This record gives sequence, C-alpha cells and structure tokens, in this order.
Amino acid sequence: MTTDGVTPLVDLRRIVKRFPGVLANDGVDFTVLPGEIHALLGENGAGKTTLMNILYGLYQPDEGEVHFRGQPVRLGSPRDAIRLGIGMVHQHFMLVPPLTVAENVVLGTQPAGDLLVDLTGAKKRTLELSERYALPVDPLAEVWQLSVGEQQRVEIIKALYRGAEVLILDEPTSVLTPQEIEGLAGVLRRMAEEGKAVVFISHKLREVMAVSHRVTVLRDGRVAATLATVDTSEAKLASLMVGREVLWRVAKEPRQGGESVLIVRGLEAVGDNGLLALKGVSFEVGQGECLGVAGVSGNGQRELAEAISGLRRVRAGQIQMAGQDVTGDSPAQRIAAGLAYVPEERKRIGSIAEFSISDNAILESHATTFSRGGVLNQKAIDAYVDKLVSDYDVKTPNTANPARTLSGGNLQKLILGRELSRAPRLLIAAQPTRGLDVGATEYIHQQLMAARAGGTGILLISEDLDEILALSDRVMVLFEGRIAGTLRSDQADIKTLGLMMGGARVEVPGT
Amino acid sequence: MDWNQFFQEAFIVSLLAGAVRLSTPIILAALGEVISERSGVLNLGVEGVMLMGAFGSFWGETVTGSPWLGLVIGMLIGALMGLIMAFFSVTLKVDQVISGMGLYLFGMGMSSFLYRIAYGVRTTPPSVEGLSGLHLPVLSDLPVVGPILFQQDALAYIAILLVPVLSFVLARTTLGLKIRAVGENPQAADTLGVSVNAVRYLCVIFGSVLAALGGAHVAIAHLKLFGDNMTVGRGFIAVAIVYFGKWRPAMTLVGALVFGGAYALQLWIQATGAPIPHQILLMLPYILTILILALVARQARGPAALTKPFRRGEG
Amino acid sequence: MRFLGLRVEKRQTIPPLLRALAPVLTAALALAASGLLIRLAGGDPIESLRMIAVGAFGNVQNLGETLVKASALIIVGLGMIVAFRSQVANIGGEGQLILGAIAGTWVGLRFADLSPLLLFPLVVVAAFAAGGAWGAIAGWLKARLQLNEVIVTIMLNYLAIYTLNWLVRGPMRAPGLAGGFPQSEAIEQALWWPRLAGTRLHIGVILAVFLCLAVSFILYKTPWGYRMRAVGANPEAARFGGINVGRTLVLAMVLSGGLAGIAGAGEIFGLHHRLLDGISSGYGYTGIVVALLAKLNPFATILTSVFFAGLAVGMEAMQRSLGTPFALIASIQGLVVLLMLLSDVLVGYRLRRV
Repeated sequence: MTTDGVTPLVDLRRIVKRFPGVLANDGVDFTVLPGEIHALLGENGAGKTTLMNILYGLYQPDEGEVHFRGQPVRLGSPRDAIRLGIGMVHQHFMLVPPLTVAENVVLGTQPAGDLLVDLTGAKKRTLELSERYALPVDPLAEVWQLSVGEQQRVEIIKALYRGAEVLILDEPTSVLTPQEIEGLAGVLRRMAEEGKAVVFISHKLREVMAVSHRVTVLRDGRVAATLATVDTSEAKLASLMVGREVLWRVAKEPRQGGESVLIVRGLEAVGDNGLLALKGVSFEVGQGECLGVAGVSGNGQRELAEAISGLRRVRAGQIQMAGQDVTGDSPAQRIAAGLAYVPEERKRIGSIAEFSISDNAILESHATTFSRGGVLNQKAIDAYVDKLVSDYDVKTPNTANPARTLSGGNLQKLILGRELSRAPRLLIAAQPTRGLDVGATEYIHQQLMAARAGGTGILLISEDLDEILALSDRVMVLFEGRIAGTLRSDQADIKTLGLMMGGARVEVPGT
Repeated sequence: MDWNQFFQEAFIVSLLAGAVRLSTPIILAALGEVISERSGVLNLGVEGVMLMGAFGSFWGETVTGSPWLGLVIGMLIGALMGLIMAFFSVTLKVDQVISGMGLYLFGMGMSSFLYRIAYGVRTTPPSVEGLSGLHLPVLSDLPVVGPILFQQDALAYIAILLVPVLSFVLARTTLGLKIRAVGENPQAADTLGVSVNAVRYLCVIFGSVLAALGGAHVAIAHLKLFGDNMTVGRGFIAVAIVYFGKWRPAMTLVGALVFGGAYALQLWIQATGAPIPHQILLMLPYILTILILALVARQARGPAALTKPFRRGEG
Repeated sequence: MRFLGLRVEKRQTIPPLLRALAPVLTAALALAASGLLIRLAGGDPIESLRMIAVGAFGNVQNLGETLVKASALIIVGLGMIVAFRSQVANIGGEGQLILGAIAGTWVGLRFADLSPLLLFPLVVVAAFAAGGAWGAIAGWLKARLQLNEVIVTIMLNYLAIYTLNWLVRGPMRAPGLAGGFPQSEAIEQALWWPRLAGTRLHIGVILAVFLCLAVSFILYKTPWGYRMRAVGANPEAARFGGINVGRTLVLAMVLSGGLAGIAGAGEIFGLHHRLLDGISSGYGYTGIVVALLAKLNPFATILTSVFFAGLAVGMEAMQRSLGTPFALIASIQGLVVLLMLLSDVLVGYRLRRV
C-alpha cells in the first residue's frame, strides 16, 4: 500500500493485541512515511503505547501484520527492531543510572567477539551525534547525575547511535518545560528533514498541533481518524479523542475565605540522591482553598508532598497545620491532626494490592476508629466500607476482593473516599487523575471541589496545567526546589506558567 | 607461664599464615556471590553449595586419587547447584530468599546423605592427601612473608588472583558491562538486545562454581576430610562480606581477610590458655559479622535489581 | 511454549481449589523423591515407604512420637507464619528455640518448689520472653539499620548454639557427672508436663492447638495483626498510612521468636527434662518449611507439621530397623522447599490443545 506513491517506512495492518481483561488494539492500521513527524494521539489507555511496543518488538500482535519498507517482518524482540532501524525512547527511561553516558550508549552494540568495551569509539560517535542534532551531553557523566532533560537526550542519542531511521518517542514532553519542548521540536524537525521518520505518542493537543505533519487519533483501541495536521484543530482532535464535546472548566464556587490550614516556612529537604530537593519553600493554604502546585515533575513536588505528610524528614523549616507545629511529627500524628493524602502512585503507595478493598479502606483508621479493646470492630468496618463504596461510586462486585481487581479509576475513587471520609483539614492530592479516563477524571474533580466547598484546604500537585487552572484558586510553580512564582488562577496563562516552570522569575502583582 | 612464646615470630607467622588459609574459602565464595549479585540474583544457598562442593571434591579425590580431579568434580557439582538456583530464580522467577534457603537445606542434607552412601558408617572417617602448600622458588623462602603469603595452596592463589581479574572483567569488558546493566536495570538491557536471562544464568552458575571451590578448600586443602555441616555458616558470612565489600571484588577480599584474621585470632587466644571458654571465642566471627554489617549498613546500596525477577513489559 | 500438539498457557487466575492442591502435589513429589533417594541408598522404595508409614502412624506409641514432634513443629511454624507474613525472613528459629529452652530450664531449676500449676505459665512466659528477645535483636537491626535479617538470624543461631554448648559444659552442668554426657541438671519429676499414658506425647500438643487459634486471632482480628500483614504486603503503603513499620517489624520478631522459645520450653518440660546439646533438633529450619508448605495459614500448618513429623519419625524408625542412618530427612527438607516452589508455578499454568 502506498500513499501518494511513497512507500511507507512503517506499515501496521489490522493489528490486534489482547491482554487479560482488555482489548488494547482492535484492528489498528497505522503507517509512517519517511521524513514525516507523525503524532499518535489518544487518552490514557487508548492503546498508543501498546501499538508502538509492538512496532519495537516488545510485544507480538495476536493478529495483523507489520511491514517495514514494504516487506513483512516479524519482530520477536527489540533486537530485531533495532536491527531494522527502529528506535524507541520510552516514557520511563531505559537507562542504567550508575553507568556513564558512553557506557549506556554502547551497551549491546558490540559484536559478540568483542571482549573489551570500545569506550573511545563510543565517546567519539556520541559527541558527533550530539553535535549534529543539537543534543548536548557529556559522555563521561554518570547517568544518575543528569537532569531529566539531559537523560532524554541520551536516550535519543542511543537510538541514533544504532542507526535508527524511525524514532518512536513515548510521551516525550511530560518531563520537559515548555522551553525544552521547543528544543526537542527543533531536534525532531532536523531529523525529519534528513528523511528519518518520527512517531511521537502524546495526549497533549497543543504539541501535536505544533510539531506533527500527520496525526492518528486512537480511541478505545481503534483508530478514530488519521489526518494531516493542517486539516484539523485542537478542538476537533479533542472530540475525536474523547468521542464527544469536552468541557474544560469545572463549576467552581468562589472561595469563602478563612484561616490557614497549612503554613509552610523555609522548608528544606534532601532528595533521594542526597541533593537538596527543597531549598527554602514558604507558602500557605487557606481553609476551603485549592492551591495548585505546577511544575515539571522532578522539581521538588514529590519531596514537598512527602515532607508535609511526614514521609520525608525536613532539614530545616517549619510546617504548621491548623495552628499546630507538626514539623517533627510522624505520619500517624499528622493524620490525627487532620491530614489526608492521595499519593501519586495509587497502586504502589496509596493502596495495598493484595489486601481486600475493605482492608484498604481502613488503612489509616484501623487502630483508632475501628478498634475496640485491641480487637477490630468488624461490624463497624463493614458498615463504613459499604457506605464508602456507594458514596464514591467504586464499582466492585465484592468488597472482599483484593484491591488489585479494581480499575485505576475505581481504585482512585476508593482512595479519595477513604481520605475524604475523615473530613480532613488538609488534603494533598498528587497527580489525582493521571491515567484515568474522562469519566473518572470528571468525578474526581467534582469530589475535590465538593471537599473544597466543605472547608478542606487542598494542595493540588499536578503536571496537567489544564487541571490546575480548572480547579485551583491560586497556582504556585516549583522550579528546582524553589517557588518560581504564585499567581491567582484567573490571572494565570499558560505562557507565564511555562516560563516559570522553566525557571524564569516573573513578577505578578496582587498575589 | 612464659608469655613471650606467644609473641615470638614463629608463632605469629604461623597464625597469620593460618588466617590466609582460613580466609580462602570465604574469598572464593564471596567473589562468586559478588558476580551473582551484580547480575541481580541473590544466592542465599551458598552454604549449601559449599557443602556440596566439599563433598564432591572429597569424593572425587578418593575415587580418582587426584585432588585436582576432585576439584573438577566439585566444580561440576557446584555448576549443577548453580543451574538449579538459576532455574528457580531466573526461569521460574520465585522468591530468591526462599529458593536460597531451599538450596541451602538441600545442599546441607544431600551432602550428608551422599557421604553416607559413599562411605557407609565407619569407626575411622576416611581422609585424603588433599592439596598442600606450594613451594614457590625464592618467594617461599623469604623470612616472615614467605610462610604467610607464599606457602599457601593453589586455591588460595587462585582466589587472590581472581580479584583483579574479576574487577577488570566487570569494569572493562563487554560481558562486565552487560552484567552491570542487567543487575541495575534489566528492562533497559533487554530493550537493547541483551539477554537478561542468559547473563543471569551465567553469573549464578559461575558464582556457584566458585562457592563449590570454597567448600572444596575446606575439605581437601584444609581439613582433608568431610564432616556434616563442616562449613559452619561460612557461606552466610560470605554473603555478608559481599555487602561489606560493596559488591566490589577488592573490598570483598579485604573483608574476607578480616574474617580469616578473626578465626585465627580466636585460635591464638585459645592457645594462650586464657580463661575464656573456647565456645565464647568461637562466637567471635559471627559477632564480627553482625558488627560489620551494622557498620556498612547505611551506605550499602546494592545493584538496583537485586532479588527482583525480570519480566519483560514490567516497569 | 508448545510441543506435542499441546501448548502451555499461563492461567489468568488460579482457582482456589487448585491453589490448595499445590501443597498436596508437593507432598506427593516429596514422597516420590524419598523413594528415589532410598533406591539410591540401596533400599527398596516401596517397602521402605511402607515402613515409614508404619513407623509414623502404625501404633499408639509411634503416633505419639509423631504428634510430639508435630506439636513442636506447629509452634515454631506459627512463629514463622507471623514473621513471613510481615515479610521478615526469620531463619533464627533454632537460636530462639534454644534461648527459650535455656530460660525455661533455668526457671524450672530455680523455682523447683513452686506448684506445677504456677510454674507452667511462668515457664511459658520466660521462654517466650527469651526467644522473643533473641528475635527482637534481629528485628531491631532490620528496623533501624536495614540489616539483612537472614544473615543476622543465622549468625544469632550460631551464637545460641555455642552459648548452649558452653552452658551445659560449664555453668549449668549437672553436678557429679565428671566425664559424662554434657547436660544440665534434671528438672524435678513433679514439674514435668503430663503425658499421655504409654507414649511420649505431652500437653504441648494442646498448647500447639491453642496457639494456633491465638495466632489466627491476632493476625486477622486485631490491629497488631493488621499492621503486620500490611507491612508484609506493602511496607511503603503501610508507612504512608501512618503505620510505624519499624515497631511492627520488631513486634513480629518478638512474637515469632517467642513462639519458637515456647517450643523450646516444650522440648525441655515435655520431652527431655533437661538441657542438652542439640536440643533444637533442626526445628528452626523445619518450622520454616512446614509454614511455607502450609502457605502461611495457621490451620494448614497443623496438617503440614503432622506430615513432616510423620516423615521424620517414620524415616528414623525405618533407618533404625535397617541399621543404616542415612540423614534422609535432612535431604528431603530442602527438596520440599524447592518442590513447593515448583508446584506453585506449575499450578499457575495449564495445558491446551493447539
């Protein structure tokens, strides 16, 4: 099959891929032409990553064919894909942290007979590629020391080093500032001009419109449309992605005002790598106020949430909750003082996968509310869980089932319900709707706003600027462990926020 | 009592020589475990492998008459034990602590069982010639240093030479690069075409072969006989030393020598006739292990993928 | 993976019936392996297995022997369940049992004039405390310094063995036995735990069943048990939920070591009536095996303990009558662990026609 007489580099035909309980790809056709930047758009769970993993040889399709340069091919493993000239930069980087950049680049490339690692050759070629495509890196640096943006450049060089003619990027911009995204766009355009093909997976409409030549929209495992970018718009793509009209703003009552539920002064905390992650942060959250924390992940958001919730020790500074100094308190004490936390990783930290839904629901309160005389009060627990499950629309056939049987959305609703049912003074919500479908997202947003109306102060940490702008009263941007600026949400715009996220200091009156 | 005799050169020299000899099995087992753990597999069954290596080499020598062939047989048995561990840890992907304990109990039991089948019940246990100290021209005759360092058996020299060899392999060869990658981020290595399973199998089997050699040393180089449970926990001490050595061959050697020193020290104290019950002295190496672990605990950060089975597609 | 027109396919969910069948499969494979080893030793497998069965369950005496061993295994096994459910690999059962035996003996000798009814709880508490303290050392080191509990508990085992060694030859040696067997003074007959007539089966077996119920209750019906299971299932989430992980780990080790200690007291007061070398008889390790085989379920531990005890007692009897000590049971132990892991995996797959 050819498009305008040009043979596609990549031609995926009628791809079907099943996983236990889900049909990830349902007869997908997808082509990539040489010299084009092709965006693969869709919501979380639409099947984009699965499709590209098939192209990269990580998965094998249950049905359908893969053609490369017009020939049918069988990709049993990434080795086969790499040999053909397909490279992939994953969402979670595939780098080995203690090794140097050069070692990461050269790993697995030398022929079987080679005994010694060819570090000089690797270093030379890395620098060549780095220059040619404007991807500055230091070959001798150890990867764990690099910033996220630098690590991404190493990943791209890795692919180019192996002679990639087709480069797949999975959500490349979720870890970059708006300015770094511009830099990446330049790199991709350079590659396209040389005749290479680029596929990038995204759920961000703005970038897709800015960079791609063509865009394929996936919805529920099927192709909703394949269009030339010039022929479409953000709104059109949004409705194709979702299948209906999308409303961006959530109904929000104006804030009533009240005293602070959280006061943070001069907070300093050390990150996992031994370096200072929070460098003197001060802010307040008022009763019934939602303070959004924006910023590219890796700038201290996680450490901030952990410091406030007691999971990370602070090196300096003070944390006050509802007038009480909780700086040295344990998580249990802060929970008792009115703290609730919906963590970023709902499966790994927010819940216990093997425990029943019922057991998960009493995680923080098992010893206090639901124990009597050293014994668990089963009747009270059952009543509470039934109410929780119904109030928060958690769909499950049986609350005795393990929590891992819940879908992402239902698990998040369970966790949110568990946290909110304690009528907390302060709720920290980190990436609360990441990976959820539109229905669950809307529901969670509504619940958050209801809690806000009821007087709970919310610290909303999110990478999704639209979500932050929709829900927050004020927006605070974190950059490299410091507050780059705070704006009222009705005065905030993407450009200013983007500049702050990239480190520029912007003064805005009246916050 | 003439205290001077315990500080005389001859006495001290024989003590230090003993320290090196006692360290050898631990050096071998620990180096093997370093390689295994660098690739991401924790092998707690080292003690069992050592015992099987001890039996295998002992039996091998009584059957063939040659200690070297005995060592070969011991190594083959070690490889077989390693194959079992690799099968459970890498292919079946079971919990490595449990499979390690299973391997330990299996090795401990089977070595005793096979010994009884091979030799039956006798009043005097069989013994072998075994490996004796080598005589190296010039070097062995040096004063002081000669007996301590240069009259050891061949396995001791192999053990010490392995340190720079393994360091080089890990740091500068393509295989070493693959091992390090597989132990830190197997998903990444996999996407680059490295066969994670093959590398892990290789490392676990190699580690077991070395452990078996360590056990063989106790049997045919040191005691020249076989007894139930004759390694008395040295396999576990070797695992602890890997932590102490921060998964690097050179530091591991230092740790093992410290242990040999502890064993030798308690022998020295016993010899002086000091009024400390010898059982208390025997506890020294074990207490030392705990203390050393406590000392390095905070900074010990092993290979990131250690004890985690590799499944493609899982982040 | 496919061959012979069949394909091996991974199951999505394992039906509970099949999951319960896995230990049975393991037991069957273990018996088959025993047969093979017996054949290797030059014996007749079928005849030997018959002799093992008779030796284990053939008459009241033998059954008593089996149950006596089983009750010690159950108690240690329960301790292992508590530890492993909290994700602490307690390999220190040997040492903890020994400490409990030492403490129990000391109490029994020191307070010999107390009435047996008063002494019994005193002994149990002392043994629990000693074993628990021994276990707590490893638990604390893991909680505070993240020390690998496998290595620490094994080191503590050796320390306990040498301590016992020293005590029965030194401070606690029975007077008047100059060159004889190293052992302590005997506990007064009045204080011995009552036995079933004609056998060596003592009330420890009732204690075992009681402890089984107690452990079940603690694990599933109390906040402590909830915390131990939570920490075992996901320590990060537990910490997030406000649970003090370190304290929970230590608690688990105290309970685990304490139970092993009680088993030690049972060996003294029910069986041997004096402290001697080798009092732990490898129960510390076998206890782990029976707990794992029972899939960490307290009531299933009763079954697996009886199975193992029967195997051990039967093999002993068989080897004795044949005149050949083979250390058979020791080789089976490790095999059982490996076979159990294998069975678990096998049960997760099925064969399909292609």
